[in-house]
Amino acid sequence: MELFRLILKNTLRHPLRSILTVFGIAIAISAFGLIRTVIGAWYSGVDASAPNRLITRNAVSLGFSLPLSYREAIRGIPGVADVSYASWFGGIYIDEKHSQFPQFAVDATTWYEIYPEFQLPPEQEAVFKQQRNAAVAGRKLAERFSWKVGDTIQMRGMIFPGEWEFVIRGIYTGERKSTDETQFHFHYQYLDEKLRQTAPFQAGNVGWYVVKVQNPKQAAEVAEAIDRRFKNSLAETLTETERAFVLGFISMSETILVALRIISMVIIGVILLVLSNTMAMTARERLSEYAVLKTLGFGARHLIVLIIGESLLIALTGGLLGILITYPAANGFERAMGDAMGAIFPAFDVATSTQIICALMAVIVGLAASAFPTWRAVQVRIVDGLRRVG
Amino acid sequence: MIIPLNYSFRNLWTRRLTTFLTAGGIALVIFVFSAVLMLANGLEKTLVGTGSDKNAIIVRQGAESEFMSMLDRNAVNIVKSQPEIAVGPEGNRLAASEVVVLINLPKRGSSNPSHVQIRGVAPESLTMRPQVKVVEGRRWRPGLSEVIVGRPVAEGFQGAGLGETIRFGMRDWTVVGVFDAEGAGFESEIWVDAEQLVQAFRRPVFSSITAQLSSAGDFSSLKSRLESDPRLTVEVAREKQYYAEQSEMMATFIRVLGLFVTVIFSLGAMIGAMITMYASVANRTTEIGTMRALGFPRRSILGAFLFESLLLASIGGGLGILLASFLQFVTVSTTNFATFSELAFRFILSPAIVVQSLTFALAMGFLGGFLPAVRASRQKIVEAFRAS
Repeated sequence: MELFRLILKNTLRHPLRSILTVFGIAIAISAFGLIRTVIGAWYSGVDASAPNRLITRNAVSLGFSLPLSYREAIRGIPGVADVSYASWFGGIYIDEKHSQFPQFAVDATTWYEIYPEFQLPPEQEAVFKQQRNAAVAGRKLAERFSWKVGDTIQMRGMIFPGEWEFVIRGIYTGERKSTDETQFHFHYQYLDEKLRQTAPFQAGNVGWYVVKVQNPKQAAEVAEAIDRRFKNSLAETLTETERAFVLGFISMSETILVALRIISMVIIGVILLVLSNTMAMTARERLSEYAVLKTLGFGARHLIVLIIGESLLIALTGGLLGILITYPAANGFERAMGDAMGAIFPAFDVATSTQIICALMAVIVGLAASAFPTWRAVQVRIVDGLRRVG
Repeated sequence: MIIPLNYSFRNLWTRRLTTFLTAGGIALVIFVFSAVLMLANGLEKTLVGTGSDKNAIIVRQGAESEFMSMLDRNAVNIVKSQPEIAVGPEGNRLAASEVVVLINLPKRGSSNPSHVQIRGVAPESLTMRPQVKVVEGRRWRPGLSEVIVGRPVAEGFQGAGLGETIRFGMRDWTVVGVFDAEGAGFESEIWVDAEQLVQAFRRPVFSSITAQLSSAGDFSSLKSRLESDPRLTVEVAREKQYYAEQSEMMATFIRVLGLFVTVIFSLGAMIGAMITMYASVANRTTEIGTMRALGFPRRSILGAFLFESLLLASIGGGLGILLASFLQFVTVSTTNFATFSELAFRFILSPAIVVQSLTFALAMGFLGGFLPAVRASRQKIVEAFRAS
């Protein structure tokens, strides 16, 4: 207890320096937390994937579509409970900067059965199914553009040329936090009809099939059966679980994630340097005091507790403050990235694990920074310590 | 009277450990700062170098990337007959209708599939893009399922090495050559005879037409004529600009994210510098008093301490840039959001980046050192001597 008072007194001997150090650590810890949040947001699609869903797409790449006729063939494969499909629309709303949100032409009859996590009020779903040019937007997306049910919106097609008009007939909310609430769904039939007139070459094809399996344990076998069914055809398929599909997407931007991880390590390095610097000064100034303490009969143990205690106190205060700053920082970042964010990060929240790791980092830094000064203090001979003018 | 610069040097030298720790912190920040700028610069250089000023590219209206674009043979023929297009040595029109498709290939090492762009090209494509040179093996023979690949593709993807085979479009294609394109985006592609590709995928459409203009000034007349032709829905762009625009989104993303992070922890480094300078002021109270007593004006003391802090920052900045310059040997490969295909590019250092990084370092030193320097210069002589 006495020791703790001494630690507190020592820490407050140079209030300005301690405050600056705490502040520096807080900023760096919040940057670290922010980067972890960004990385976590990247992987949020993985958490949102369901174990009983498979994605079937053209084996060449996502740039190639699959014939609509595959639907019945897939439905007939043992173990398949239900099949839905979608095409990537890639339209431009207002201008290119604002269009970074996923737009899918979906099979209205089955889409919300296969994706129960998109919660759409039943009356809205009924209207959506009946009206050809109806569309459903996610809650976040609707908020971003302040869309309301009944609004008419215009989009310019990039992959499917022309002007497209949709009427918002529903707004879905996500079941969980990780559910993507930035998607835009509309009728595949609406797209296909128009394509038959303007670009018959593109009509009658879908981007990918979403297959619900009866038993998640059989997912691998069913996926294999689907791919076997279309082997050596013009459009061979590649079927994998939704999770594997999402992970494959993420691995495309692996390099960026690696870079972010490196940067977060560098940040920890910077904090370590700042705190080590403070602790090194502290020890240099107080070498003669340590000698006095030793003369009074305090052992090495007390000195170690004293120095490590001070270092940890500063590091933890900074860490705690940093964790608190992370929240507004994450919000600010989300706003700064605004239009690009929706496309890349469907869910952007500070996770509990991030807070724990931030706190852990603060502890590690606190211990590491006090290593050298502690060693100096324990080593110093009383005579040398007293002789020294700090 | 000005305090000799040597005074500041020796002060830093006396507290070697602290100096090193502070400079190290600044160095790390500058390292990340310049790495981010180098990456964005490298990405832009790669894509700007992909196009040439002499060429125009024609795609379907509204297609941001070539693989989204579709042009039928009829449109291709209309475009090829335009008078602005240059005539080659054999009397042929220098216009190449190309097909661009994406395929999935597993990466070497991780086996994760990534998208690679395949470009079906015409004989004129190679004439118009002199930077593309086959450095190993040979070109494909007409009528055979043979491809040539860019060097990063050969090194980065399974089955894309010389003599290996890639399977797509229900055929096996032999890699007969590896090419180099002076760092342009084409290096991240697989090239093949366009007619073969159209047959393999049974897609009776082309993606884009690249045409060499007889003189660069003809661009606007070609653009206005083609874009107003009622038979076509095309967009005409200068090749260089078209490819440069594909890097915008990625480069912006790298910059925003990188600078956001850098700015945040530059504050950390600044605070580090501030702590160091405050401490060195506190430790030298008597010294400062002595100097004031000797007749050095406040201005000089302020200058000396500020100089010390700037020196500290420039040591850190120099170290950071030196570390970052080693990144130039590293090739990065990632999916370009705009084209959705794998693109290889390098960290490229430019004099502008060096200047920006050093300026940033000095700004950190100035901001971190200003308050302590003011405190040093405002000390009262009598009190300074009283302090032990």
